[in-house]
Amino acid sequence: MPFSANATPEFEGRGGEELGTELSNTLYKVFNNKHSVDLKSLCISAGEHCWVLYVDVLLLQCDGNLYDAISVAIKAALFNTKIPRVHISADEEGGKEIELSDDPYDCVRLNVENVPCIVTLCKVGHRHVVDATLQEKACSVASLIISVTHKGTITCTRKVGGGSLDPESIFEMTEAGKRVGKALHAPLMKLLQEEESLGKARQKVGFLG
Amino acid sequence: MAADMRLPTIQKPVSLTFSAFDRKDLVVPGDVITSDTGFMRGHGTYVDEEKLTASVAGEVQRVDKLICVKPLKTRFNGEVGDVVVGRITEVQQKRWKVETNSRLDSVLLLSSVNLPGGELRRRSAEDELTMREYLQEGDLISAEVQSVFSDGALSLHTRSLKYGKLGQGVLVQLSPSLIKRQKTHFHNLPCGASMILGNNGFVWLYPTPEQLEEEAGGFYTSLEPVSVSDREVISRLRNCLLALAAQKVLLFDTSVLYCYESSVHHQVKDILKPEVMEEIVMLTQQKLLDQEG
Repeated sequence: MPFSANATPEFEGRGGEELGTELSNTLYKVFNNKHSVDLKSLCISAGEHCWVLYVDVLLLQCDGNLYDAISVAIKAALFNTKIPRVHISADEEGGKEIELSDDPYDCVRLNVENVPCIVTLCKVGHRHVVDATLQEKACSVASLIISVTHKGTITCTRKVGGGSLDPESIFEMTEAGKRVGKALHAPLMKLLQEEESLGKARQKVGFLG
Repeated sequence: MAADMRLPTIQKPVSLTFSAFDRKDLVVPGDVITSDTGFMRGHGTYVDEEKLTASVAGEVQRVDKLICVKPLKTRFNGEVGDVVVGRITEVQQKRWKVETNSRLDSVLLLSSVNLPGGELRRRSAEDELTMREYLQEGDLISAEVQSVFSDGALSLHTRSLKYGKLGQGVLVQLSPSLIKRQKTHFHNLPCGASMILGNNGFVWLYPTPEQLEEEAGGFYTSLEPVSVSDREVISRLRNCLLALAAQKVLLFDTSVLYCYESSVHHQVKDILKPEVMEEIVMLTQQKLLDQEG
């Protein structure tokens, strides 16, 4: 999880490492269960070979609410991933030979229906705020990170921050987080399919606009 | 409740069609201003092989034989009489250090503030020890520049009832070049909020107080809850200010008011969307041109 110094001068050199390890640990906990991504589709030959998915996230600009943005980006990236088809043929000595198909369009897509999206709720005073900017986050004492699938099931919860959360407010926050998380998935999938259908006509936009 | 998502699109550059700039005046670093050696070089210029070249991006100003370049994006360079909004960063012996978006922290001397109670007396050692009760680190104040030290640091004063510690409100941090110099920087907008346009780019929005605070020389801050309608007006004003700053429009009370009026039929949170921002700012610029002509 490298952090670019573009985001804030604090991330120059090794500054962002602590935040990076915290982020990667949380993301690992969120995405590493058998219901998020269908791991059986990654299998090449049972018991012997399978694809291992690695996700690298480079942070270019930071304005609060990192977890939400990163989870949306990961879901979009997994939707876009094309895994080439593999043919296994038996070798002369009885070993297996793996051939990747040469055709760039012959590929397997991942099913990202069940990939969860993260919603961060920050407690400010007696209320909570979703999608807080950096300034709003500076006013909050504690936040709750919830990962929600498109059906509304919560896969992981985590509390960050030095302040305390009332048990009743935690319940309210999880309910609100579930509502927001559920509402995030539908427009995202629609937009990803729209972008896919644009094909070659899609304009490539860089970071600097 | 629906989330609005969109694909990234290339941002259109800000158009200069409405401005009355003389294009020859704008330079970028490295541009040759003149090859004539009879001119004295001022700030923002340097001599490169007998040619006067600009070292900052801005407009060229010529006063008789002196040529200098006034940069467009710069830290606040204060002059005597400017109104600033600043945040206290340190409490030192007999003075406070205030952050005002300039190259050095500004200084607010203990002798330049009105003590609570309004008495005019010599500052004693006891006053020095209780400085923290008046202004702490993190407090926001409005003040006026009294003088400029030789190293460029500003000396502020709050010796008037309209300056002093700021209470509940919203601070918007913008570039100092966007604030127009006017006779007064304290405005009570008819939409229901008040605004302090600091010359240093810090704009303070707050609910209009009902009665004038006569006591305590500006250190009393009211902590009464602010009504929801006032909060909405202030949020809308803040988003309008951000929209105007993004399109590089000069900020003064009329432009902010026109922008507020043009944004009335959008929801407050929609003002931050790029296409709504462009629409609102175009309407504002048209209204300003109509008013001039």
